Amino acid sequence: MATPVVLYETEYEQLKRAITRLCADANAKFVFLVDRSGQQIASHGEMLNLDTTSLASLTAGNVAATDGLAHLIGERGFPVLSHEGERDNIHISIIAARVILVVIFDVRSSLGLVRLRVKRATAEMTAIFDSIDSKVERERDSGISLESPFAEITEEDIDALFN
Amino acid sequence: MTFINYASREINCKIVYYGPGLGGKTTNLQYIYDSTAAQAKGKLISLATETDRTLFFDFLPLDLGTVRGFKTRFHLYTVPGQVFYDASRKLILKGVDGMVFVADSQRERMDANVESLFNLELNLTQHGYDLMKVPYVLQLNKRDLPNTVSVSELTAELRRKGEPVFEGVANRGVGVFDTLKAVAKQVLLELRKDSSG
Repeated sequence: MATPVVLYETEYEQLKRAITRLCADANAKFVFLVDRSGQQIASHGEMLNLDTTSLASLTAGNVAATDGLAHLIGERGFPVLSHEGERDNIHISIIAARVILVVIFDVRSSLGLVRLRVKRATAEMTAIFDSIDSKVERERDSGISLESPFAEITEEDIDALFN
Repeated sequence: MTFINYASREINCKIVYYGPGLGGKTTNLQYIYDSTAAQAKGKLISLATETDRTLFFDFLPLDLGTVRGFKTRFHLYTVPGQVFYDASRKLILKGVDGMVFVADSQRERMDANVESLFNLELNLTQHGYDLMKVPYVLQLNKRDLPNTVSVSELTAELRRKGEPVFEGVANRGVGVFDTLKAVAKQVLLELRKDSSG
């Protein structure tokens, strides 16, 4: 089984601050980070009733399908996707090759402004994800690991989930 | 791939339902959705054709509760079963933590079961997975139909590694939750094994 993807508290707070700043700088309605297998990472914005679980899964599917199309025509990928709606628009970009950044914006912003702010935020968030990777690697090398929630899980714990 | 968020204390795991077209994958998810309390489930997303054949995937997020202070969520996906949707099936398998193979017990679908299982192993390999190591459960669906292959014959033909086998009638819920519990348990126990090194 593949090594779990881990998000530590410090880096999570840094990512939250970065997307909060991006949301303000880009005049966006909502900013959302998703990992490529459809798991939510962090979000910020005014769309409080948005179904972020579905958004995460559909975004990951969208990016995966688009990547498949890219490979078919000999491209490595399409790192930026943009969808224009009647009222709201979606800008999707890939960060650090493994995380998807979604920005939802309306007439209060523009595609150009969003792209500009996303570029700056991408550099910041890439550094944060690199920091997570380094931390995981350091812990692995030193034999120290953050206490896994699974370390002491029992079969009774698991059975209780289904009762 | 399991996702652990220490900040929000959440664990998310991905389970994929695989199998031949019209075998009952979507029906499994539909039954789980209909039978689960509102607070424990999200929206059931179905990307399907006009004739309700799965086009890309179905997706159902389930909240199983809390384990050791961590909210445990399982994301259930189905793949499109029709043969020509192989490119999409490959994409949905990415990051999988556990698999369910939903076999169609009807005699005339035996070849389709075998082909789909072979396809599963091939696609897993291309993602760097080994079916022999992935948490995995076999469901023999449509046991209520008159023209079915016997359980013993189906098991002999389709069982790959001594995995749990469940008889199912998915449209009536028979075997659906037993299958889900079995694969979820395997996923969590595998994570325990990995964390103990």
